[in-house]
Amino acid sequence: MGFPDRVERTVELAHPPGKVWAALTTPEGLAAWFGQEAAIELRPGGPARMSWSHGHTVDMRVERVEEPSVFGFTWPVFGMPEDDLRRTYVEFTLEPAGTGTRLTVVETGFAQLPDDHHRKAYDAHTEGWASELGELVEHLDAA
Amino acid sequence: MTPPDIEAVAEQVFVALADPSRRAILAELASRGPATATDLAARLPITRQAIAKHLTLLAEAGLVTAEPGERRRVRYRLRSAPMRVAQQFLAALASDWDGRLDALRNHLDG
Repeated sequence: MGFPDRVERTVELAHPPGKVWAALTTPEGLAAWFGQEAAIELRPGGPARMSWSHGHTVDMRVERVEEPSVFGFTWPVFGMPEDDLRRTYVEFTLEPAGTGTRLTVVETGFAQLPDDHHRKAYDAHTEGWASELGELVEHLDAA
Repeated sequence: MTPPDIEAVAEQVFVALADPSRRAILAELASRGPATATDLAARLPITRQAIAKHLTLLAEAGLVTAEPGERRRVRYRLRSAPMRVAQQFLAALASDWDGRLDALRNHLDG
């Protein structure tokens, strides 16, 4: 089955986990490679926000903070309508590798059910979509 | 019920959206609601025969459903579920961690 619910990448970085951790979890670090401006409250449930000079802003929510090895957050699905409530989960795992770090990023949730509130709102416009997505989830679960 | 083949759903949506007439039909159904082939032919610069052909393809892709009515009064209604499946497919492809991780590496090395 080719439909991706999960995107995973691993890179070897020539820097120790502490330095990589700072690049992933501080406003200065994030602003240096990810967004152009960044703000983050580094605690589970903490808000984070990144923005770019062309006006795009994304609001994230910090989910996992296990310094210096696991950092996770959720954010809206890129390319979806602004009122879409679905979010994907991004998790960075840092493992020491020699003098450097093996960094793995996993983003999951590209195929998921919206929450009940959202599904109800959507049903006002579309027939059958909830059952169709239900089948999609069953299909993915079986894969 | 057999689970739909997700990739096939996405592919049908992309095929459906590749044609400007079909995009126009979907846009018309989205903005003004269910309509018959005759209604659509009156509003769009597309012949009724072509509209009927496109509606058949759109129905096969699951993007419209026919609501029973008398002959020639069958109304077509937009269904966006397959579109959402295709959209999620695109979202996963567009997640671009390769570009972001290159930027991270450059930042750390810099």
